[in-house]
Formats: sequence, C-alpha cells, structure tokens
Amino acid sequence: MTAIETNSSGKVKMTARDVKVFYGDNEAIHGVNLDVIENEVIAFIGPSGCGKSTFLRCLNRMNDTIDICRVTGSIKMDGRDIYDPSLDVVQLRAQVGMVFQKPNPFPKSIYENIAYGPRLHGLASRKSELDDVVESSLRRAGLWNEVKDRLDQPGTGLSGGQQQRLCIARSIAVSPDVILMDEPCSALDPIATSIIEELIDELKQNFTIVIVTHNMQQAARVSDRTAFFHLGDLIEIGATNEVFTNPKNKRTEDYITGRYG
Amino acid sequence: MTEMNMNPAKEPAAANPAPLSKTQQKVAASLNRRHRQEKVFKSIGLGAVLISLTLVAILFINIFAKGLPAFWQSAITLDIYFDPEIIQISDKPVQQPDETENAFRQRYVEWRSEVGMVNFNRLILDGLYKVIPEASERQNRRHAARLVTSGERYALRDMVIDNPAIIGQTKTVHLLTDANIDVWLKGNIDRSLPDSQQQLSPKVREWVTMLSEQGIIENRFSFALFMNPDSRSSLASAGLAGAFMGSLYMMLVVIFLAVPMGVAAAIYLEEFAPKNKITDLVEVNINNLAAVPSIVFGLLGAAVFIGWFNLPISAPIVGGLVLSLMTLPTVIIATRSTLKAIPPSIRQAALGLGASKMQAIFHHVLPLAVPGILTGAILGVAQALGEAAPLLLIGMKSFVAQVPTGPFEQSTALPVQIFLWQGNELRNFFEARTSAAIIVLLALMLSLNALAIWLRKKYEKRW
Repeated sequence: MTAIETNSSGKVKMTARDVKVFYGDNEAIHGVNLDVIENEVIAFIGPSGCGKSTFLRCLNRMNDTIDICRVTGSIKMDGRDIYDPSLDVVQLRAQVGMVFQKPNPFPKSIYENIAYGPRLHGLASRKSELDDVVESSLRRAGLWNEVKDRLDQPGTGLSGGQQQRLCIARSIAVSPDVILMDEPCSALDPIATSIIEELIDELKQNFTIVIVTHNMQQAARVSDRTAFFHLGDLIEIGATNEVFTNPKNKRTEDYITGRYG
Repeated sequence: MTEMNMNPAKEPAAANPAPLSKTQQKVAASLNRRHRQEKVFKSIGLGAVLISLTLVAILFINIFAKGLPAFWQSAITLDIYFDPEIIQISDKPVQQPDETENAFRQRYVEWRSEVGMVNFNRLILDGLYKVIPEASERQNRRHAARLVTSGERYALRDMVIDNPAIIGQTKTVHLLTDANIDVWLKGNIDRSLPDSQQQLSPKVREWVTMLSEQGIIENRFSFALFMNPDSRSSLASAGLAGAFMGSLYMMLVVIFLAVPMGVAAAIYLEEFAPKNKITDLVEVNINNLAAVPSIVFGLLGAAVFIGWFNLPISAPIVGGLVLSLMTLPTVIIATRSTLKAIPPSIRQAALGLGASKMQAIFHHVLPLAVPGILTGAILGVAQALGEAAPLLLIGMKSFVAQVPTGPFEQSTALPVQIFLWQGNELRNFFEARTSAAIIVLLALMLSLNALAIWLRKKYEKRW
C-alpha cells in the first residue's frame, strides 16, 4: 500500500519512511510514510486496532518497552534517525513528550509531578528556577489558577480532566519539541474534553502535537491535518477539512460517515 | 400515607397475578434449586471458618492454660548473711594507670574465678537453717540441700562480683526453689502417691508446706525464664535467653541477606530480565524452591556451609544462611507479585518524561511497592523464625548452656528450644515451660505480623 503524501507548507519536524512494526511474527503496521510539520496539530484517526497508537508510540520509541515489538524503516526527527543506536532513547523522550489515554499522575504532590522531569534532566539548578518552571507549566496547561493553593496536595486527588491537564503540564515542563497524545480525552467528560481541546489549540503555538483520537469531531475540531489508518495501513493523509469534506479514498469516506468503525 | 397507598396497590396484584411467560416459568422453576445451592455453599464456607476458628481457639486456650503458670515460679525468700569467713577473696581488681587493658582483663578474670571457688551453697544453707531450724540437724542436711535449685548459687556469686562490699552484710534474696518443689506446689504431682513414688522426700514436703503457709515460699514472676540460658543441672533456672539470642542472630542474617538479595533478584527478574526460555526456567525453579521441604535446606546447609566452608557447627550464622536460602523464594515471589500489581501507567509516565528504566523503577515503582515488599519480607522472616526442622540438621539442637555473644558462637533457637524442652525427662515441670516458650515465640511472630500490617498501612498510597 503506498501512502499518500500531501504538500504542506512549513518545516518538516519528523519524517517516517516505510515504517513497519512487528509484534513477534505479526506485522501490525505495513510501511507507513508520513511527515509531521512543525507547530501543527496532526490527528491520527481510524477504527480500533488499525495501528494508529502503535505508530504514535514509534515516534518516541515507547514500543521499546514491549519485548516482542520490532520496528523497521526509518523515522527521523530534524533529520536525525531516532532509531540510530548512537541516539539515547532518554534524550529522545525528553524531546518528544507523551500524554497517555488514562491520566497517570504520579502518586506524589502536584508540585512534584511537574518538577520531576526538569529535576531528572537537570533543567533547573535552583529551587526558585524550579518553582518558575512549575508555575509556567501549570499556567500553560491552564491549571495554575485551580491548583496554585494546593501544590503540595497529591496529584491523584484532582478530577479526571484536571489530572490530564496535570499530565500535559508535566510533559511540557521538560520543554519538548513534540507532544504525542494518545486519545487524551477518551476517559474524560465532554466539558473536560472541550477544555483540553482549547488547550491543544493554544499549545500548538509552541509545540508540535500528534494526537490519536477515536472521536472524529475532535479530530475535525483540533487538527490541521488528519491521517486515516486502517488495518495497519495509512490510507489517507491531508488537510483536515479536506479529509473530512472531500475524502479521496472510499474507506476514509465510509469511516468518517460512520459506515464502519 | 404510604401504607394507604401500598395496600390497594398490592391486593389486586396478589388476587390477579399476571400469567408468567414460558421463559419466566422456567426461570421460576430453577430459582429454588439455585437458591438452595447458594445456601449450601454459604453454610459450607461458614462451617469451614467456624471449624478453623474453633481449632485456633482450642490451641490458644490450651497453650495459655499450660504456659501462663510457668511465668510465675515458686521462690524462697531468705536472709543471706554474706559471711566473710566463707567468702575469703582478695579485693576486686581496679585498673591501674600503667596497666594495659588486656593485663587488667586477665587479672579480672582470675579474680572472678577465685570468687567462683567460694562455697555459696553454704550461705544458702545457713540462710535456710534460720527459717527451718531442724534442717541443720545432720540427718536432715541432705534434704535441705534439695530445697533451692542448684543454679541459684551463681546468683549469689554474681551479687558478690557486682558489689564485693556486701560481704559481711545480710541481704534478703528470692531464690528459685527446686523444679520439683515448684511442680509440687502447683499441684502437678499426685499427692496421694506413696512415698516411694514421690520425687520429694517426706521431710522436704513437710518443710515446703510449712514455708509456703508462712509465705516464705511463694510464686514470683520468673525472670529466670527470660534472663537465663538453658540448664540441665538446675532445671528450675533453665531459661530462653540463649535460644532467644540465637534466633535473633539468625533473623539478623536473614534480614540482611535474604531480604536484599530477594528484592534485588525480583526487581531484576520482573523489570530487566528478557522474557525467554532461560528466565522461564529460573521462574519455574524459584517456585519449585519455595515448595522444597525445609528440612532439605538443613541437609544442604550441613553439606555446604559446614562441610565445605567449614563454618562452625550449631552456630546462628549457619542457621541464618540456611533460613535465608529457605526464605529467598518467598521474598522473591512476594516482591514480584507486588511489582506486577503496580499499574504500568506509572512506569510509562516516567519513561515518557525521559526517565531511564532504572530511574522509573527506583523513583516511582519501588516506592509504591514498598508496603507489599515489606509485608512479604516480614512474613518470610516470621516463617524463618518459627522453623525448627532445618536447624536440627546443622547441630542447633545441641544443649548450649550459654548465651551466645555473636553469630559464630554455639547456640540454639527458640523453636528448637521448644523441641528440646518438650523432650525433657522432668515432664511435669517442662510441659508448662514448653508452653511458656511457645507463648514467647507466638508473641514474637504476632509482633512481626503486626509490624508488617503497620508498615503496609503507613506506606500505602492510593493512586
């Protein structure tokens, strides 16, 4: 299956060429070619099991943690192969942050949740510097006003939507270039979801965002470009309004009009 | 109001029930059977719980009824005159300014053995003659010598060693009576038996009855049980101190060997080791090891630690090593299952931020696993504390009349001490003594378990 390339303006941040993923002998993704443009929001949509999450997890090598998982092809970030053995995966993950499907704050205080990453990488040398990072990260995640008086309270005591924003704040605290979001709203109610969607819109000023979603309205609302995956193939990729209003491929059309999936 | 509303609503329904559909009839027909099954299962379960509770209650009542009296032992109160005529010893040595530590210790040990030569039995007998004048008569003296247990002369010796100034003074002391007297007074000897079958001579029985009526012999809390090592020459003063210290040294070995090794092995196997045939084999064998009968570990210890490494026989270090081997699989299995239960989302969160695997584990996974690991470790240690079988094979059942001062010295252990006392010939004295030792062991176990629960509650976090 040849993937479709779209011409887009803007600098290319990440390029994936002929990426295949195997779980043991089972090929889960069959050669995906795709570019991620700097400061865009790109959405991956598709039915369950289509490989969109698997592909997302290739972008910061989260798949490394699965023993039987094997990735071939090339994924480059700023021209550098992220699967190059000389590249430390820790370095990559500091550059490509991730927000997970279920909010997963550490069972520590709100402050410690945010401060963990900067402290790990030695980004702040003094306490006051760290305080600043914590405050600005929480502000950018739109959480500061809600939690500024209880930074020492456990992060797990927040509501689901707040927890997810805490996780977003936590990942932007290490100033990554790219943030991967794996169905970040699937465990949230509609109000919390809309807050996160607004947040994504603001964050794209500073970050490149790759989001996997089941919710097609969400993809339509937040993303600049949309990629449709089906059964391990990238079927179609293009500007979001293009994909949603005028899909080139029959399967894309069937999916977004709700005929399957 | 409610009643008014309910009754009319109910009555028509009862008078005129809607006919059940075929499916509903089948369901209704099976209901009785299903309810009956549930009832039967519930009562079997409840019965099992009740039976086990009853058995535990019987066990505890039995042990406590037998053991508690042993914490109090009959003792005789005597005025002992520390007669300078009898205690003829040189002055207690004092370290001279120009004397080395070793030279002084040498002199001190010599002085101690000089004190040990004194006939302290004479002092006790003289004290006895004051309360039983007829005991001083020649034909009664051998009976008098049986009143106080022979080990008590060392109590007087130690008083003199501590403070030689008491020579020439009269002190009131409580001395343990002979074990048979304790048994007699507690009513555990059949008093109707003929003299030929009695352990105590008629004279002794007469005196004892008299003295206990006068309050000179009475039951006192038995510090001997806790402060003394085992004894065979003076049964009444046999205590648990040696076994307790032996067990303590073994537990220290287990805590500092089996727990860190087990936790490290579990972390490696669970988090770092690749999942392949070899690690599968290791896992299966760890589970097998946990099921190996403990006595087999004793054989291994005898062959390896004593046979090859030439470690001393019946020493707590060997016992500790053997029990460590036995505890290791328990700790590994408990730690692994705790680590497995930590949600992977925590690891992913840390990894996603750029933490290395080691950092993710040590910063986030382990702190959450601490309560479970501690519980597993403490339960493993408690299990090791109660184990007797492997210790029998490495010589820890030998009689040791000293409190060990280090893990390389000969010693016994609490469960083995119970075993030894259980087999003592003076049954009616040691039956209670054995139960008392069991109570001490149980108390230790329960404290360890309580500690485990407390630690788990303390470090438990919710996420």
